[in-house]
Amino acid sequence: MALLEVTGLTKNFGGLAANQDITLSVEDGTIVGLIGPNGAGKTTLFNTIAGLYAPDAGRVVFAGADITGWPPERVCRAGIGRTFQITKSFRQMTVLENVMVGAFLHTFSPRQARQAALAAIEKTGLLSRKDMLAGNLTVADRKRLEVARALATRPRMLMLDEAMAGLNPKERQEAVELILFLAREGTTILLVEHVMEVVMPISHRLVVLDYGKQIAEGKPEAIARDERVIKAYLGERYRAPG
Amino acid sequence: MADTTLTEGAAGAPARKPFPLAGVAVPLLALALLAYPFVFRLPFQHNLMILVFLYASLGQAWNILGGYAGQSSLGHAAFFGVGAYASSLLLVKFGIVPWVGMLAGGLVAVALSLLIGYPSFRLKGHYFVIATIVLAEIIYILFTNWPFAGGAEGLFLPLLPEGVVNFEFHSSKIPYYYIIFAILAVVTTVVFFVERSKLGFYFRAIREDPDAARSLGIDITRYKLIAMALSAFFTGVCGTFYAQFVLFIEPNNSLNFMLSVLIMLIPVFGGSGTLWGPILGAFILIPLSEFTRVYLSGAGRAIDLTLYGLLIMLVAIFEPRGLWAVVTRFRSRETLKWRFWKSQV
Repeated sequence: MALLEVTGLTKNFGGLAANQDITLSVEDGTIVGLIGPNGAGKTTLFNTIAGLYAPDAGRVVFAGADITGWPPERVCRAGIGRTFQITKSFRQMTVLENVMVGAFLHTFSPRQARQAALAAIEKTGLLSRKDMLAGNLTVADRKRLEVARALATRPRMLMLDEAMAGLNPKERQEAVELILFLAREGTTILLVEHVMEVVMPISHRLVVLDYGKQIAEGKPEAIARDERVIKAYLGERYRAPG
Repeated sequence: MADTTLTEGAAGAPARKPFPLAGVAVPLLALALLAYPFVFRLPFQHNLMILVFLYASLGQAWNILGGYAGQSSLGHAAFFGVGAYASSLLLVKFGIVPWVGMLAGGLVAVALSLLIGYPSFRLKGHYFVIATIVLAEIIYILFTNWPFAGGAEGLFLPLLPEGVVNFEFHSSKIPYYYIIFAILAVVTTVVFFVERSKLGFYFRAIREDPDAARSLGIDITRYKLIAMALSAFFTGVCGTFYAQFVLFIEPNNSLNFMLSVLIMLIPVFGGSGTLWGPILGAFILIPLSEFTRVYLSGAGRAIDLTLYGLLIMLVAIFEPRGLWAVVTRFRSRETLKWRFWKSQV
């Protein structure tokens, strides 16, 4: 059984069906990309899994537990860490303090939280900025901070919402390296992404949404050749290498 | 803004390079305050400092909820009044010593805070503030119309032989001075430890971004209730102290809205979400009000409020984080100068 199993998930906002009957699974230890054009319902699906919205129908099962409709804090404790598309740093707290908040999930001791936080900060390459106020960080560093903070809760699966948006090519490359590093360490990753060139090479599987519906699922190479995906999203010019 | 990164977060984070005087200045100040009643001997001078300590304690208690957890309450008079009434009723009706009443007052305030907090924490920002005002007004009206608690006429506490057990002192105010000083020391120590603990981190996370806090596994309603309960407990304890100090309580002196405003004003002016902000605020605002009353007597009735308004405007314009932020800014500039100087040598 896969680590995350989403079956028949539906979420409506008034008359708008943001997600219709989505079914996907994320195997333990893989990187799964969730892609689709603007307004396809990626972030809605993401937020429904993370507990920000309760679905209208369908089930979310994580590590064998039915977490459908659980509030975000319980989803986090079940082992799902997440970042936000528009970063939500604790601006008046330092980088270290931000990450310590995550680390306090597993301990009462500030000293232990500090150590765990420092480890997460080191992994994400923020060590030199650990005493800066989060509000003073660059966009790229704030995205790293989101990852570090989520990592400190020791998630089995990490959900990254548009981790590459607003980054320049060099920062993007560094972010990709970070994701690959975390995956090698055994963290399962579900990422919502816009930048195709980034998702294609690193994902084991891709799920494509369009207008709230799932139009394809499979290996990146297959997705890149899929007629419907090309029409809906990639445009005629995009051709998969090979 | 940039220089703050070099020393400490505005939220009173532990400084990386501790202010060298902190270990010296605090004990010295405490010693000076302990000696104060014997240096300044006038009852007015004692009374003044008792009020400063009382409002500093109240501001500090408010600070836990409003400053650290970011849930601004404008209904703290309810906790204060309930604390005052609980101990007074226990004393007047059942002859229970006020020390027990003080604990009871704190606990009744906690119970009330949970009752108020659970529904009102569903509201955010201004709506939460409005809810606290309304709920405190309900308490005010209930007590005004409750004959058992003296109604609008209030309660006179019996004059008992003075002494620690009875919590009444008639010949001198000095014992009150030390009692309220101890209360301030306790609540400040509690805030000091909360600030550095898991609780303090969670409170600040909730203040900074509730959604992000939830995504990190924090049950925000639970932690807001903890903040509210802690805050209410000390506010209730202060209420009991006040009742024993003036020996007369009525809805207008212990439950009124202006008291709620003052309890909020002091930490906001001094620097909410910082350990020293509420104390600094009380040390400035309370003497200001007392001296204008002394020197201008009846004519100066509203002068203190006018001055408060002016000061609040100045703080809002020049340093919205409160007066303590001005102090830390000065400190960090000193640190910067020192580093620059050192790097040149």
